[in-house]
Amino acid sequence: MEHAISLFFRSIFVDNMIFAFFLGMCSFLAVSKNVKTSLGLGMAVTFVLLVTVPVDYLLQTKVLSENGIFGMDLSYLSFILFIAVIAGIVQLVEMVVEKYSPSLYAALGIFLPLIAVNCAIMGASLFMQQRILLDPSETKAITSVVDALVYALGSGIGWTMAIVAMGAIREKMQYSDVPKPLQGLGITFITVGLMAMAMMCFSGLKI
Amino acid sequence: MALLSKQNKEAFTNPLNLDHPILVQVLGICSALAVTSQLKPAIVMGLAVTVITAFANVIISIIRNTIPNRIRIVVQLVVVAALVTIVSQVLKAYVYDVSVQLSVYVGLIITNCILMGRLEAFAMQNKPWPSFLDGVGNGIGYAMILIIVGAFREFFGRGSLLGFQIIDCKDFNNGMMTMPAMALILVGCVIWVHRAYFYKEK
Repeated sequence: MEHAISLFFRSIFVDNMIFAFFLGMCSFLAVSKNVKTSLGLGMAVTFVLLVTVPVDYLLQTKVLSENGIFGMDLSYLSFILFIAVIAGIVQLVEMVVEKYSPSLYAALGIFLPLIAVNCAIMGASLFMQQRILLDPSETKAITSVVDALVYALGSGIGWTMAIVAMGAIREKMQYSDVPKPLQGLGITFITVGLMAMAMMCFSGLKI
Repeated sequence: MALLSKQNKEAFTNPLNLDHPILVQVLGICSALAVTSQLKPAIVMGLAVTVITAFANVIISIIRNTIPNRIRIVVQLVVVAALVTIVSQVLKAYVYDVSVQLSVYVGLIITNCILMGRLEAFAMQNKPWPSFLDGVGNGIGYAMILIIVGAFREFFGRGSLLGFQIIDCKDFNNGMMTMPAMALILVGCVIWVHRAYFYKEK
């Protein structure tokens, strides 16, 4: 339990997807023009993370690893398998959400299909794969499906937090006087850099 | 058809300036930022992306007429994932230390938007040879930024280049440059310079 809580807060603040690993940067920069759409995309990413990371965890431990059903180390196949799982689950989630919750579907809109190629999802799965091998006593280690779920939730919330904050800053930034060549993309990068610098004060956080 | 007709030349040179994947189209940022704390991994990553983009473009361009339109994204993903797996195994076999440094970012080439963007926008409509040039051009454009940022961060952060100590700075260590935050600010500055001096709005 303690381990799960610690892992959760660590994945939000210290191992933040955007500020520490730059994952999902493309959609982060493209979509963070205002708070509302940012929140929509953040929710969609969290949702897909919550489904894919535990599934990939099970695949990695039960199928690809040496103790899996094939009894040999197949982890070199993980890229193809993970991306297939992600693409498939995104498609599935899209259909399920469309059928059972049209309002959520309308809110997430075009973001759902785009998530299949969001590096945050693939990145979370690959980090999870690395962390399985860690010593269980380390805070970062992922040793069970619950840990994988907690890690996915934390990463998703961290990502959402980052994109919503960025959306809010960019809404305000429209009124500021930025040098012409720096407008748009340039100033956004520098802002994210400053935010990342601020987030660095969380490193070493221990619960 | 000449090997380097005007059109083909444009396919190669456009991504280097006017249509630059990172600076203009904002694609493939994630890995560009993460691997640039030193020069060596930045060069290896740039090379890997160039090779994968070029060959994925060629393969997709060869089979473009046989891919059913509805499942084209999945086909593209599978081709890219297969190429990335090969490159990742090669890196592990020949430059193991660099592949450890790159960690998950080699796998993340699969979801690199440059690849998907070029496959969708160029390889699906063009013949293999122009597609190859386009892939190489985009890869070099991407590698260029990686090398600039990587060299800058390694030189000012550690006083070395490619691991060779140039300035002796044992007492004076500028760790800030090697932090992730500086990558973002440096790329921001590169974009600033590019927009101010090289890039002309159409």
